[in-house]
Amino acid sequence: MSVQNKISQQFPTAQIEEKSDRLIVSINAELLREMAVMLYNDKELRFDFMRSLTGMDWGEAGFGVVYHLESTEDIKRQLELKVVIPDRENPFIDTVSDLWKTALLNEREVYDYFGVIFIGHPDMRRLYLRSEWKGFPLRKDYVRAEGLDMTNEEPDDSTVTWYRDKNGVPRSRRYNLFESGEYVVNIGPQHPATHGVLRFRVSLEGEFLKKLDVHCGYIHRGVEKLCESMTYQQTISLTDRLDYLSSLQNRHALCMCVEKAMGLELSDRIQYIRTIMDELQRINSHLLFFATFCMDLGALTSFFYGFRDREKILDILEETTGGRLTMHYNVIGGVEEDIHPNFVKRVKELLAYLPYALEEYRKVFTENIIAKNRLIGVGHLSREDAISFGATGPTGRGSNWACDVRKRIPYGVYDKVDFKEIVRSECDSYARYLIRMDEIKESMRIIETLIDNIPEGNYREKTKAVIRVPEGSYYTAVEASRGEFGVYLESRGDKSPYRLKFRSTGLPLIAGIDTISRGEKIADLIAIGASLDYVVPDIDR
Amino acid sequence: MEVGKTKKKELVKIKSIPYKDFKNNDYLEEMVRELHENGVNVVVGALDEAINWGRGNSLWPLTFATSCCGIEFMSVGAARYDMARFGLEVARASPRQADFIMVAGTITDKMAPVLKRLYDQMADPKYVIAVGGCTISGGPFKHSYHVVKGIDQILPVDVFIPGCPPRPEAMLYGMMQLQRKVKLQRFFGDVNKKEVSEKEYEERMKRDMTANS
Ligand code: SF4
Repeated sequence: MSVQNKISQQFPTAQIEEKSDRLIVSINAELLREMAVMLYNDKELRFDFMRSLTGMDWGEAGFGVVYHLESTEDIKRQLELKVVIPDRENPFIDTVSDLWKTALLNEREVYDYFGVIFIGHPDMRRLYLRSEWKGFPLRKDYVRAEGLDMTNEEPDDSTVTWYRDKNGVPRSRRYNLFESGEYVVNIGPQHPATHGVLRFRVSLEGEFLKKLDVHCGYIHRGVEKLCESMTYQQTISLTDRLDYLSSLQNRHALCMCVEKAMGLELSDRIQYIRTIMDELQRINSHLLFFATFCMDLGALTSFFYGFRDREKILDILEETTGGRLTMHYNVIGGVEEDIHPNFVKRVKELLAYLPYALEEYRKVFTENIIAKNRLIGVGHLSREDAISFGATGPTGRGSNWACDVRKRIPYGVYDKVDFKEIVRSECDSYARYLIRMDEIKESMRIIETLIDNIPEGNYREKTKAVIRVPEGSYYTAVEASRGEFGVYLESRGDKSPYRLKFRSTGLPLIAGIDTISRGEKIADLIAIGASLDYVVPDIDR
Repeated sequence: MEVGKTKKKELVKIKSIPYKDFKNNDYLEEMVRELHENGVNVVVGALDEAINWGRGNSLWPLTFATSCCGIEFMSVGAARYDMARFGLEVARASPRQADFIMVAGTITDKMAPVLKRLYDQMADPKYVIAVGGCTISGGPFKHSYHVVKGIDQILPVDVFIPGCPPRPEAMLYGMMQLQRKVKLQRFFGDVNKKEVSEKEYEERMKRDMTANS
């Protein structure tokens, strides 16, 4: 039985719309729980991977939550579940965080943005903003209270959870995350080894980690809300600043989303250039990973090696794009400028040089016995957990989950090149490290195949000065340096998006960090965090 | 300043760049002139000079990076740009050991009190460099509900480095400007004075300790 028939049989009131790439199902909030359980458990459906979870403010119609689901068994099974919560005064909805663990943090995000309360969620605190914050910023009628709160945050370990009493009325209950007498240590937000401003509170049993509570929001810049008041051409500039080590790929995702929505055809030249640029960016990011990863483990020399070689790529990128970090290269309808005349030559020089560098890394670090002892078997993440948390990218592939968007849903010219998806089954920090090192080689192979065959053609297609995207909702994803970066766009046909959500690559990673690091030593938390390689502004957005 | 017309007195020397190649020389000259007018003796003593030579050439930054600009700051510390050449190499993880703070990256509402606290924990004399558009005005996120529109609202800033992100060269230049400022200041009885009384200081620290249990 097809997915569509199955759903309409069980839920006659659900509205189903079939799109070329996915099924869109709209239901009311009461049905969610039942539907979610079926989608997750049914053997023929088995939607076990939640790609993205988005909160919505649909004005008169109420609030909403949009779930993007996929089945890891069959990539063709794609579903967009739209749930409406009509009551604006008391927006309640059931949690699905017990089925898909990625919802644990994502539902908190929706609460933080819209004030929607998830019944049954174990921990309904705000995710990004301070607990004293007034109002819910992504509501359409939100007005910010004046002033800047300069008081220090009070440590508060209590949290709230909601349940339904006998009559079905929602009730709340407070409880403490840490028991009294537990030894709790604070790490961050200003800490040299947390890779930016992330904050952990960990409870310790001797040297071992019992529980970890992660705090985000120290670099929450409100990008999604900003986008709602910008034209499409303006929104793309912000994507560079989310995960700045995937700036080209992020921008690729948003441009692709808008182009697809408008039905814009791109020349082959554009696709080739974008693909090569994405791969250069990936190498760049993985080199930086190598540098910082080793530094976190105390190998400072490697830091200099990584940065030394990264500069070579930056030179190439700078020549064409003019930027080193925020490159602003992709635009809607193509790329900003054609590639520099030196580009091909210099990329080839780079490809000839990199193998020596990689060999050096191998000698210095990969084969280093100290590094091995600290990494092998440390930070175990099982395949089921990786899928449940939605931990994509090298982290997911280190846990034996083939989750590469380039293979799953090819874009650019990835379907035309031959490359291997590196997958390992050790599930530990060392596997995650090795995968990135091998991915550099695969990226080099991709570039090698493409660099001599860049076809002639436009580097930029003509678009109107004012871009209006036809009404509807669109989801597009690319494989950024750290996993699936998705863009969910809902348009009402205006000059600016009605809602633009970025599927963060890092949020699922830190959602899983409690599971990964429990029972490990506190010193290994740094190694684990470094091996996940999250970028905090991308988590907080 | 017009080059070659009348040779003005060079106030400070930085080895790598001639005085006239610096921008904002007028700012330094203005500062000195004002101090003169107010009757402050700016001709630094020999001991001051010796101390300032040491201070100016070994400014240690606090590792502080919240976002994109921080990556460029890391590049400045790495092999190619190598800020060690200017005595700036020892990035400290503890505010107690740092001379200045490079605020590299966006400062959000939630981070603002943390940044202020870090600044308060640094020992005098201390300096602040604001790196990038975000720290100057909020940059691309100026209209956001959760971004501080310029860190000069919460800290006294010594040098602004514009850019998004500023190039590493720009950061080096900014840090040299700070060196010039440091070299001009009198250490005794001036910048080294305590801002708060000992008692108040102790109280502040106590508050900090309890807030971060
Ligand atoms: S100024 Fe630009 S590069 Fe620097 S932190 Fe802000 S957005 Fe990032």
